[in-house]
Amino acid sequence: MNLYTFAIYVEDRPGVLNRVASLFRRRGFNIHSLAVGHSEVPGLSRMTAVIETDEGGARRAQAHLYKIINVVRVEDITGRPVIMRDLALIKVAADQTTRTCLMQLTQVFNARIVDVAPDSLVLEICGSEARIDGLLEVLRPYGVIEMVRAGRIAMERGSGAAEATVSPERAAAVEEGISYSV
Amino acid sequence: MTQTKMTGAQILWECLVREGVTEVFGYPGGAILPAYDALLDFPIRHTLVRHEQGATHMADGYARATGRVGVAIATSGPGATNMVTGLATAMLDSSPIVCITGQVGSRLIGSDAFQEIDITGITLPVTKHNYLVTRPDDVAGVVREAFLVASSGRPGPVLIDITKDAQQASCTFDWDAAAPTRPGWRHAGRPAQAELAHAAALVNAAERPVILAGHGVLISGAVDALRTLAERGDIPVAVTLLGIGGLPASHPLNLGMMGMHGESWVNQAIQEADLLIACGMRFDDRVTGNLKTYAPHARKIHIDIDAAEINKNVRVDAGIVGDLREVLDRLTPAVAAAQRTGWREQIARQRGDAAVRDIQQLPDDGHLYAAHAINDLWRMTRGADTIVVTDVGQHQMWEAQYYHHESPRSLITSGGLGTMGFAVPAAIGAKRARPEAEVWAIVGDGGFQMTMCELATAVQEDLAIKVAIINNGFLGMVRQWQEFFYERRYAATPLSGPDFVKLAEAFGIRAAAVSTRAQVLPAIADARAHEGPVVIDFRVEQEDTVYPMVPAGADLHAMIRRPSPIVETAAD
Repeated sequence: MNLYTFAIYVEDRPGVLNRVASLFRRRGFNIHSLAVGHSEVPGLSRMTAVIETDEGGARRAQAHLYKIINVVRVEDITGRPVIMRDLALIKVAADQTTRTCLMQLTQVFNARIVDVAPDSLVLEICGSEARIDGLLEVLRPYGVIEMVRAGRIAMERGSGAAEATVSPERAAAVEEGISYSV
Repeated sequence: MTQTKMTGAQILWECLVREGVTEVFGYPGGAILPAYDALLDFPIRHTLVRHEQGATHMADGYARATGRVGVAIATSGPGATNMVTGLATAMLDSSPIVCITGQVGSRLIGSDAFQEIDITGITLPVTKHNYLVTRPDDVAGVVREAFLVASSGRPGPVLIDITKDAQQASCTFDWDAAAPTRPGWRHAGRPAQAELAHAAALVNAAERPVILAGHGVLISGAVDALRTLAERGDIPVAVTLLGIGGLPASHPLNLGMMGMHGESWVNQAIQEADLLIACGMRFDDRVTGNLKTYAPHARKIHIDIDAAEINKNVRVDAGIVGDLREVLDRLTPAVAAAQRTGWREQIARQRGDAAVRDIQQLPDDGHLYAAHAINDLWRMTRGADTIVVTDVGQHQMWEAQYYHHESPRSLITSGGLGTMGFAVPAAIGAKRARPEAEVWAIVGDGGFQMTMCELATAVQEDLAIKVAIINNGFLGMVRQWQEFFYERRYAATPLSGPDFVKLAEAFGIRAAAVSTRAQVLPAIADARAHEGPVVIDFRVEQEDTVYPMVPAGADLHAMIRRPSPIVETAAD
């Protein structure tokens, strides 16, 4: 089992997230992370879904996703040169004795302090999941009170793009036999 | 295009008429009343069912008999939830139906109002797509798209849930503006020539190929294309339960049904094959048995319109996604004409070995066996325009073995979901679709008692279906599993029932009971001669068994065979 990352363009309509999530549930795929937001195209949302599966499962997941009629495009960006980011807010216990140490750690991890209270700090960190996990690791001894993460978002480097429309390239792909049905 | 003001209810029916709908099956109720009121002004015939599940099976039977979209309609809440089984049945067997449900007023949604239920949420996994419509302006677009979704690609069921206020309110109706324009809409692509060339090379290199023909052959209209391929390459054809009729049973290359209750020579041929050419079938577990030992010597070509089926259960050497008829039309010319005499003779020898075990060969012991009754029905109706609709269980398998179908869409049965209670309503739907055809429902005494209320529908609507109850006083297939795998501990399988003859007569239906072989032919002849619906209660051997049988998950060649008093081979 490996993690596969999909960029999924869907119609921005009620219930579409439910259809995608329900598909993963029903077909037995474990969702590692799922992030949804607007895309560059009005009316379309972009999801970044990270699921645990194998190569065959990834191909089937893609084919199943295409059977949802609200799904416009599915790109498996696993293994491609991509920028992956997660965002976390971490509330950690901090008093006068520990605050300086925490501020140093914040700097080392390129995080930011976004709230300071007498007995706590809130840190914001944006970066790879590994880096966020690393920060979390060193913060734990101080006492992590609360954490929230946005889930992985991803984008291909360079001019390559998971375009939201059926491109000429896609039409060519269909001719090559990469074909989907509904 | 003229633009006129219409209510949502009127737009619904107008769109159905324009989609070519002439028949709907339904049951009224509060939230769908505006639609029912408007129905009276449109040229659509409504069949009043006795239970909404029946409406869905009727729509399904209608769809399977014709290939056209079947339509069922019900009210909100319990009316809608009663449709779930029928939707799931259609989903698993890729049958195009559109189910329309009323919903409480849009402002009441989410308030647990009377007869409010989240039917789009409930049916999400058992529909190809579903819609909640809350404005009359959306009705036309949704209906048009629903018919496209249901009937195109891999067909399937679609549910449209329309709030009562969307039915009542008025808006401008514009058919053309409501044409489907989904940005994500895509049809199956055309497979590349190189893929087809690869597949053709596999076929040409094969010495022992077998074609596996599934429901896709019928759905795609690939019957002729399949026969052409089989004859050109001299390739034997095994069929799935839903692929029956994809090649005439009498065709010399048709081996018969594969799988759990497939004939022994068919399963042996698959296990010995060096190439499988799967056409519109999905390697269901009832077909493959143990996947680890399935067709171990065979390379595999899989042609299916659904990309998600490729490599799902069986790893294939060539997966071709596309419409089966188109693919075969392009593939066959690249297949070399061949004679595979040795391979066919090898299979024929196994067939001969199996024939001596056939129940037809056994001496008459005075008992009435279901296989006899079904085979006699086939003898009587062969050559006629007949549709047989079966329920689920032993009789379904006997029908597949002993009724020999020559044409597509002459067998309608619930395969994937295995829905008991399917036969009687689906037969009513098939009769509505093809009134000129002779429609027989073959049904066990268990399944019959699940939906026998629909006999009243047949009477009220004057639909002359013929119902053959295979009555053995058991839930026979479950009993058979208990016999083989649970030490004959018959938990909850002995089944009583009413006197089916009296019951049918109470409905105003002609009926007869048959308990000896000699009574079979006269009863069938009488039923066929009678113009109205008929019920025959075939009181058959109670503890009869469907042979051969591949136990669930066992190797396909490890079949339990019928004990033969004539021949016992080393294999036993």
